[in-house]
Amino acid sequence: MIQAFAFYLFASILVAAATLTVFARNPVHSVLWLILSFFNAAGLFVILGAEFIAMLLVIVYVGAVAVLFLFVVMMLDVDFARMRAGFARYLPFGALLGVVLVAELVLAMGAWSAGAIALDARAAPTPAAVPNIQALGTVLYTRYLFIFEAAGFVLLVAMIGAIVLTNRQRRDLKKQDTARQIARRPEDAVRNVVNQPVGEGVTL
Amino acid sequence: MASVAAGYLPILLFLGVALVLSSVFVFSPMVAARFTGAHKPYADKLSEYECGFPAFEDSRAQFDVRFYLVAILFIIFDLEAAFLFPWAVSLGTIGIAGWAAMMIFLAELTLGFVYAWKKGALEWE
Repeated sequence: MIQAFAFYLFASILVAAATLTVFARNPVHSVLWLILSFFNAAGLFVILGAEFIAMLLVIVYVGAVAVLFLFVVMMLDVDFARMRAGFARYLPFGALLGVVLVAELVLAMGAWSAGAIALDARAAPTPAAVPNIQALGTVLYTRYLFIFEAAGFVLLVAMIGAIVLTNRQRRDLKKQDTARQIARRPEDAVRNVVNQPVGEGVTL
Repeated sequence: MASVAAGYLPILLFLGVALVLSSVFVFSPMVAARFTGAHKPYADKLSEYECGFPAFEDSRAQFDVRFYLVAILFIIFDLEAAFLFPWAVSLGTIGIAGWAAMMIFLAELTLGFVYAWKKGALEWE
């Protein structure tokens, strides 16, 4: 009973937040609604028993991806009048994408209800005895080891790509050079002035 | 499946209590003020307060692209940490191959980190 209640609570808030993500006028509000929908999706994952995925959703999506989206939204110079002006031009393409998504949903639902997917015949069915983070680790680092390494390379490429694309070296900087600071001796920096007459300036 | 979710029930209840308490603390002063004080809002009273002078500019000013770089580096190292959790938990069963795989993964990302450092991507000035 409580589970059903929690499911309907999370699911309805998720659908509402997702709808508001699409329809919010202000893109920053849109991202905030997206964060709410991430949290509710995490709740749904907990109900499914996939607690590690739920925590991952909160850590990675809410903690990092949503921040990235916020920065991207703030980096783009969003001009609402210009955005609305392009609406009619982009409508056919947007509608096409929508149709493709709906077709995929229909196909997936059809395949699911046709009964062709036997959940017991999965490559790695969820073991009942161990927590699912451990089950995931056992599969990920043995059977899917190469895919895991490939994921590491994808992350490396993403990092290098982002640095190459966005890093601009500024020339007018005065950087701190720690090695030079440490190597500096008192004799390089300090000079004793002896027999200085009173009332005259020191020559530098 | 149900047993896992049942373990999180106290957290759900706690969230509910927190929601109720925070709404009480937000809305009860509003209700109290409505009954005891004068409620006469006007445009100047409702405008944003910025230390006594009018707001300089729209808050939707363009950000530097460096914020994006910082965010993407954060995502990558966040994911690295996320991969470490299942690895650490299942270290007893995955053997030396699993251990070595994670070491290679960490080395790849350390390579990226060294690159970012040498390129000055972490410097803000």
